[in-house]
Amino acid sequence: MTERAADYLIWDESAGVYRENPEQAVRDDVEKHYWKHVGLTILKDWRLYLMLVPMLLVFLFWRYFPMYELLGCFKVSDTVLPVSEQLFSGFSYFKQLLVGGDSLSLNFWRAMRNTFLLSFYGLCFGFPMPIILALFFNEVRSNAARSVYQVMTYLPKFMSTVVMTSLVTMLVKQGSLISQMGIVSQALVRLGLISEEVGNAGLLNNPGFFRAIYQISGIWEGAGYDSIVFFAAIIAISPTSYEAAQIDGANKWAQMRYVVLPSMLSTIVIMLITRIGSLLNIGYEKVLLLYNTKTYVTADVISTLAYRTGLGGGAGTGIASAAEMMNNVVGMLLVIGANTIARKASNTSLY
Amino acid sequence: MKRKLEISEQLFKGLSYLLLTIFALCCLYPFVYAVSASMSGRHAVEYSEVVLFPKDVQFDAFARMFQNNMFWNAYSNTLFLTLYGTLWAMGVSILGGYALSKKRLLFRKTFNFFLVFTMWFSAGIIPQYLNYLQTQTVFRAVGIMDDKWLVVIAMGMAAMNIILLRNAFENVPGEIEEAAIVDGASEFQVLSKVYIPMSKSTIATVALFFAISRWNGYFWARQMISNQNEHPLQVFIRLQLEQYTDPEQIAGWSEPYASDSVIYALIVCSIIPILIIYPFIQKYFAKGTNAGGVKE
Repeated sequence: MTERAADYLIWDESAGVYRENPEQAVRDDVEKHYWKHVGLTILKDWRLYLMLVPMLLVFLFWRYFPMYELLGCFKVSDTVLPVSEQLFSGFSYFKQLLVGGDSLSLNFWRAMRNTFLLSFYGLCFGFPMPIILALFFNEVRSNAARSVYQVMTYLPKFMSTVVMTSLVTMLVKQGSLISQMGIVSQALVRLGLISEEVGNAGLLNNPGFFRAIYQISGIWEGAGYDSIVFFAAIIAISPTSYEAAQIDGANKWAQMRYVVLPSMLSTIVIMLITRIGSLLNIGYEKVLLLYNTKTYVTADVISTLAYRTGLGGGAGTGIASAAEMMNNVVGMLLVIGANTIARKASNTSLY
Repeated sequence: MKRKLEISEQLFKGLSYLLLTIFALCCLYPFVYAVSASMSGRHAVEYSEVVLFPKDVQFDAFARMFQNNMFWNAYSNTLFLTLYGTLWAMGVSILGGYALSKKRLLFRKTFNFFLVFTMWFSAGIIPQYLNYLQTQTVFRAVGIMDDKWLVVIAMGMAAMNIILLRNAFENVPGEIEEAAIVDGASEFQVLSKVYIPMSKSTIATVALFFAISRWNGYFWARQMISNQNEHPLQVFIRLQLEQYTDPEQIAGWSEPYASDSVIYALIVCSIIPILIIYPFIQKYFAKGTNAGGVKE
């Protein structure tokens, strides 16, 4: 019995995979004792399965257990019962957030709007920058010069969020005189782009500037590094394509229109879809490090709102979880939707 | 056959160079400014006489930093977190990625989904925070009082990196493994003698991804490490920034250098190690991004 059971999977030498034993008797036996067969297969190959264990445990403990914790958003009252006994007893937190009418609900909608707008502006301004940079890199014929440009533009990506935001904070800091402001504020005042009072108060204290600072620092940090993918698509173009275009009398613009851009298109589509998929995953660390009470109007996003409401413990954790739940579910739908569209449109799915 | 460029094309070429130069300089400028401001005299920094080059050079701000025990503490904590965090994450990821790369693995699709799902859906800050609190309780109950270990073990694992390793292992030709098995190699020997040497560049890339994210890690270290002496560098920088930009804290500032210079000195000190290894690792990162296309 056991011997036959162990034969359920047969090593297929040519394909390098285990195949099910085609013998009917074995198949019947497997159907009857499915888990026993699974157990025996694993036992035969236990070293391989042992290797999987640490990874599974890490992801179970610190990725999936928090998801279980997230279900706390469904509990009705703030009792000391464990999550399991409070599950699905109500949607009161969701109701409170969505149609509560109080300041919490207003803050929630404000945070929702800010989350969406920060992502959306990132899509409009942050996304095209690496593509443009890649096109510029392509114009630089000397490899040495291009390397210098690349080294300089990739560098900010390697700085931590803390260092990046500290520099931003210092560069636009407040000051009672023009000469005491951060050096960037000063330049803006002297160029007449912002008034002196605005500079005096500090740009990070002004809600009107938060989104601009967020996007510009994002471009500073990531545009160079993100251009790698697009530039790789450009240098993958075969020189014969250019030659063929030249013989057809295409000038640079025509080459760009009919050779370069079409070759980049699939990369652009994939990156765009990834971007749309992560539309609601705002980097909360950066927002937390840049915002302050004066700029909540434009800077507060769902994660930071949840952070402030939930860290105190008690009923706050339930409401915070509910806010994050909504953000995450919409975010996941966007990922799956974007991925499905990608699969349909270009036969390349990301996952 | 070289064609003469049309005027519009020449213009575009010139414009490319011009804009690239401007952008590259803008990328670099904040760092140059930080270096200059960290070593300039007080008046020069406070009244913006420093624009590009340092003025009234002093190194007192650096000296103040170096005399601060908290700074060295923070530095060694960061080294600790980076070293052990990278080792732990690499160990788990290599073993997991190797197992997942085997077609004979039962429930392979399920395990893959288990991994990839965490890229689609994350629980969020508060549930994670509650989870880490519970982990902390468990860790303390079994005698691990040092919160650094919590940060090392519980945080920083990335599904994406495991998938990169899995893809690299899948590309190792099966014949070599078969030859090793014929020679009597065990599963672990196959991994360490065949797969790891043959995927060196991906392993280096992934290790760098982990190391950089550990070096730069801030948020959870600040939330979970309560003891000030255990704070890593990033948390230390942030706390110092909060202190030195608070007008009340620096009201009676009487040093020969500006309070800002201390922050700049700290920033410079924290990025020097990265700047030193940056030229060597840059090419790996470029490669890693290109290999980032996920299969399946």
